[in-house]
Amino acid sequence: MSLKGKAAAIGIGELKPVKEPGDLTALGLMAKVSAEAIADAGLEKNDIDGFLVGMPYADPGMLYPASAIEVLGLAPRMLNVVDIGGASPAGMIWRAAAAIDAGMCNAVLCLVADLNRAGDQRPPTVSVQREFESPYGNIGANCGYALIARRHMHEYVTTPEQMAKVAVDQRANALKNPLATFNEKPLTIADVLGSRMIVDPLHLYEIVSPVSGAAAVIVASPEIARRTKNPPIWLLGAGEAANHSSITYAPSITESPIKPAAESAFRMAGLKPSDMDLVCPYDCYTITVIVTLEDAGFCKKGHGGPFVAEHDLTYAGDFPCNTHGGQLSFGQPGLAGGMSHVTEAIRQLMGRGGERQVKDAALGYVNGNGGIMSEQVSLVLERRS
Amino acid sequence: MSEYIKPLPKPSPTSRPFWEAARKHELTLQRCGGCGKFIYYPRDRCPHCFSDNLSWNRVTGRGTLYSYTVVHRASSRAFADAPYVLAIVELDEGPRMTTNIVAPPESLKVGMPVVAFFDDVAPGHTLVKFKPA
Repeated sequence: MSLKGKAAAIGIGELKPVKEPGDLTALGLMAKVSAEAIADAGLEKNDIDGFLVGMPYADPGMLYPASAIEVLGLAPRMLNVVDIGGASPAGMIWRAAAAIDAGMCNAVLCLVADLNRAGDQRPPTVSVQREFESPYGNIGANCGYALIARRHMHEYVTTPEQMAKVAVDQRANALKNPLATFNEKPLTIADVLGSRMIVDPLHLYEIVSPVSGAAAVIVASPEIARRTKNPPIWLLGAGEAANHSSITYAPSITESPIKPAAESAFRMAGLKPSDMDLVCPYDCYTITVIVTLEDAGFCKKGHGGPFVAEHDLTYAGDFPCNTHGGQLSFGQPGLAGGMSHVTEAIRQLMGRGGERQVKDAALGYVNGNGGIMSEQVSLVLERRS
Repeated sequence: MSEYIKPLPKPSPTSRPFWEAARKHELTLQRCGGCGKFIYYPRDRCPHCFSDNLSWNRVTGRGTLYSYTVVHRASSRAFADAPYVLAIVELDEGPRMTTNIVAPPESLKVGMPVVAFFDDVAPGHTLVKFKPA
């Protein structure tokens, strides 16, 4: 069994994130971005017969998919929430392909939207998190990634300058992305290391900014993909893995479940990391990119710091990485932040990268990361010539 | 004494013995009769071998600092009194714990020996924190 070539991404929608959501609603953003994605795919609303959605933290609730499809006026034959944190969007892509391959549906709308308003309450975490993490101040994601960064620095002599380089190169990419939140001012390593220390060793510019926005991808059967107006972007490989929620209880805090997820994805695709023309690794923090490149096999374990320092991660460089700017520069509109890596890979492979187009991009690697390096989804995508 | 506004653990039937021991300033861990491993946090079955043959044991409270961060700006208003040190301690018995280190941040080093102490943060509530050994 394999999902190789069983489905393709044929359309995308993505809204420019906003810092102040004003009168926007999550369901309203979903309607807007769904219309954009369906039109981009050259389909009609009634062609959509599968629905995967992320629960917006701004408006969560039971039986979410049914409410969302009612608002959108869809009548899917498969509907579900995907709840694996930042890995949810990448996770939707293979789930959509699997449902299509199983004959359950033909065109799946993968949809995420969220709002971030200052002072908003988040849904509660699970009881064990509230009991053994929150009392010590391990709340939100910042602390977990700072713990990873500190340990990575200890084990592998990774430096603050190497981590900062990720944010710097990705900002250079964002300058060419009209949708990015931070796309006006270049960054230097000194800027990053001079920004406010939030959770030592991570500085402000190494941490994603919460914004509001939405994104959607249409995944379709080969029959639909072959007659669509866009070049279909085929799913060649996928892998998913998790082994912890709190980073404290991970078997290793510096080696993530990206390793088995990426191995599965590359094995299914019959390809290796060095075959990729661009990579879009989830980047909630600078350290996330370094750990991902190691665990996915783009460099040796522990060499992620020197690797990002020695390679040019910009769209014009020798290792194009997060050519949309990453979430560090794009902003993190909830789960739509995770989708930004998927939409960018598709956009590049379709040849729609505009000023930041990676030349002759045919193969792309995407990683989605949830929680504190907990849920992991790796994808290999291809544009066939 | 000002009101304690930080989140407090709400013991479950599974974890109650751990917190009751902490109130008596004792660190206890479950140990699996199936595979012999110590377990943190408390479980209904061993997460390693899935045995339900678990017993409570008092342990040394000694360990090493596995990783730490100095939180300068907390994600929760309850911790507006930052900076504080959020840490992972690896106990000599094996398991890792999320905890706080109470020591000047500049004195901390990954791998240094630490020892548990018991912080009676609010009536009926004791947290297990660590300090340099």
